[in-house]
Amino acid sequence: MALTNENITQRLTEKFGEDLSEVEEPYGLLTFSAPKLLNLKVLQFLYDDPELRFQFLTDLTAVHYPDRKGAELAVVYLLHNMRDNIRIRFKVYTDIREPDVFSATALFASANWMERETFDFFGVRFVGHPNLKRILNVDEMDYFPLRKEYPLEDQTRVDKDDDMFGRGTDKWFQP
Amino acid sequence: MGRPVRFNTKVKMVEMPEGQTGEGYFATSFDKVIGLARKNSLWPLPFATSCCGIEFMATMGSHYDIARFGSERLGFTPRQCDLLMVMGTIAKKMGPILREVYLQMSEPRWVLAVGACASSGGIFDTYSVLQGIDQIIPVDVYVPGCPPRPEGILDGLMRIQELVGNESLRHRNSEQYQDLMDAYGIQ
Amino acid sequence: MMTCSAGERTNGFNLNHEKRRQAMEDQVVSTQQHMPLSQDSLEKETTTLNLGPTHPATHGVFQNVLEMDGERVVSAEPTVGYIHRAFEKIAERRPFYQVTPLTDRLNYCSSPINNMGWHLTVEKLLGIETPKRVDYMRIIIMELARISDHLICNSVVGVDSGAYSGFLYVMQYRELIYEIYEEICGSRLTTNIGRVGGFERNFNDTVYQKLDRFLREYPDVLKEFENLFNRNRIFIDRTVGVGRITPERALNYGFTRPNLRATGVDYDVRVATPYSSYQDLEFSVPVGSTGDSYDRFLVRNEEMWQSLSMIRQALALMKKEPSDIYHAQVPKYYLPEKADVYTKMEALIWHFKIVMGETDIPPGEVYHSVEGANGELGFYLISDGGRAAYRLHFRRPCFIYYQAYPELIKNALLSDAVVCMSSLNLIAGEMDA
Repeated sequence: MALTNENITQRLTEKFGEDLSEVEEPYGLLTFSAPKLLNLKVLQFLYDDPELRFQFLTDLTAVHYPDRKGAELAVVYLLHNMRDNIRIRFKVYTDIREPDVFSATALFASANWMERETFDFFGVRFVGHPNLKRILNVDEMDYFPLRKEYPLEDQTRVDKDDDMFGRGTDKWFQP
Repeated sequence: MGRPVRFNTKVKMVEMPEGQTGEGYFATSFDKVIGLARKNSLWPLPFATSCCGIEFMATMGSHYDIARFGSERLGFTPRQCDLLMVMGTIAKKMGPILREVYLQMSEPRWVLAVGACASSGGIFDTYSVLQGIDQIIPVDVYVPGCPPRPEGILDGLMRIQELVGNESLRHRNSEQYQDLMDAYGIQ
Repeated sequence: MMTCSAGERTNGFNLNHEKRRQAMEDQVVSTQQHMPLSQDSLEKETTTLNLGPTHPATHGVFQNVLEMDGERVVSAEPTVGYIHRAFEKIAERRPFYQVTPLTDRLNYCSSPINNMGWHLTVEKLLGIETPKRVDYMRIIIMELARISDHLICNSVVGVDSGAYSGFLYVMQYRELIYEIYEEICGSRLTTNIGRVGGFERNFNDTVYQKLDRFLREYPDVLKEFENLFNRNRIFIDRTVGVGRITPERALNYGFTRPNLRATGVDYDVRVATPYSSYQDLEFSVPVGSTGDSYDRFLVRNEEMWQSLSMIRQALALMKKEPSDIYHAQVPKYYLPEKADVYTKMEALIWHFKIVMGETDIPPGEVYHSVEGANGELGFYLISDGGRAAYRLHFRRPCFIYYQAYPELIKNALLSDAVVCMSSLNLIAGEMDA
């Protein structure tokens, strides 16, 4: 039986039933989400199943939606079945006040640094990760920069003239 | 029968400094001779972090050839080099390391900031990029560009050569220089 | 032993697979016998050696803290982030056409591939289909970029094992590739080539002349380069058996492209999900067998030959298309000609709308990946209908496969660690983004 998005959805609903939500196919890529406590079960199922065989983790990242209260951080897994050439996207939502998600490092060795990067940028704590510390930013940084509330520029700069960049207050007319 | 020896007459030689010549002697000042020797044999330390480093590799190649300026030997250890060429973006994580490398160089030492990122942070006005290496080490020549063409890097090198050739021997012990080092917190 | 279908390319590399494997096993066993690690020696302690962030041979800034027992590596801990420039955060501020210069600086040895990948992603989001000629132009540029990247990687492997001349030979031809880029887009290294929907200008005659010159002269140079290294006894001793990885571990670690194909897994994004009309070209995909540095070197060399043949085919296919098409007809997303902007009303309106950000961008999320020179370079773009992306994430291959480095150099000698590092083609800009 050829592996298509319908087959995969059917197998997933057989196994997980109501836990699956938001099943959609933007641009042909099957996307679904599940509660965060089940993320390892879903990944394991997709890995072990002899028909599905999603054994390659292409990408692991997070997105911050400040408007979705209670599910602000979405951890996105992008999996790939190389034999049948199918990709699938799996999202897990977590609250920003308790951003704990189970780590997938036992299953995929490549998840190690990708989870560290997600922790560095968004603050998602991966439970069970062997070495969860900042990877790209300096270790002393105390905030999570890619969250929407933080600005891009370095706020401690004193040499930049904000008026020139159109960002300053209207001080220019004062003597 | 051997071939007649042919000398290559198109080789450009450096000019002799001004001085008094006589029978068997040539008198000039130390500054000029030492400056001449130093400027034509600068050993660079290519501190290549990103894209400008690849342009530097092109400068090292045979097309643009930095070796004809005397920089044939690129030492990658600061103890043996005169010229620190910082090429590429320096992030805040890298800043202390750059400072360590600069401190390990022995006098006289010069710094060439290659590229927009090294000069002023470049297009990356972000929380993690050092906005110009002159916040942590004193810089002699800035080469703008993103990345600068190899001709630009060579032009920067030639300006450093001008600086080296005209430097007085007492410069490094002068008060002005000490003040500069104090401003950066370097002993 | 490599499997490739173009028969005339196998240049007599006839070592029997079994014999070679046996030779490698013997080599590993014999070095272990000469350097025993005695379990109960009282003086046994490890030294810490810091490999990086500043490297000789301008590798790029990443660090490895090695625990060494004499000359042997016991364990390694890599640290990255020394050139973290926060691309993903910058991209949330910029409109789509301003993100192209950022993508340049990811893998700066082959920046056109990154640019094209980004344009393909945005075109997928917006639903733009480019004409065939634009696809062929893109293929030519991407394959030139691939050759350029593999040239750097292979010559730096040579430099790290002590052979500087190979580097100088091939840098000449990289200059020619840079001249071709300059004709097309004005810049040598960080090219910012093309736009969403095509290119900003057509290929002019100089480009064709330079391409012809490249295709004529470069094969001899590549052959010379291969003669220097492929059967060189010293090079083979330095690289065979160094940094070996099995296909299963490679897949688990997320390897893709040359590093994965060197282990024997036959996977190529251009074949599996062809983009930009790659399906019209005929090429074969070189696959290695043991996954060590020598195989990676050979796979990259063979890919360069394949890229040359792909450029020739694309040029021939381009000649069959009408020669004045260089962009898709999408006035909503592609800036109109400047002459039209000054004279025609619609062009002025489109220009204004595009620059001020009032075109309709559909909200949605899209993931597109291209065959980067190091691995599968993916772009995960979430758009909320606004002018800039809501979230843009780059799936960077160097970042992902650098995690495997400690496993690759376990129990290797220090010089092997260096050769392994350079054969993996680690580009710091891509690692840290």
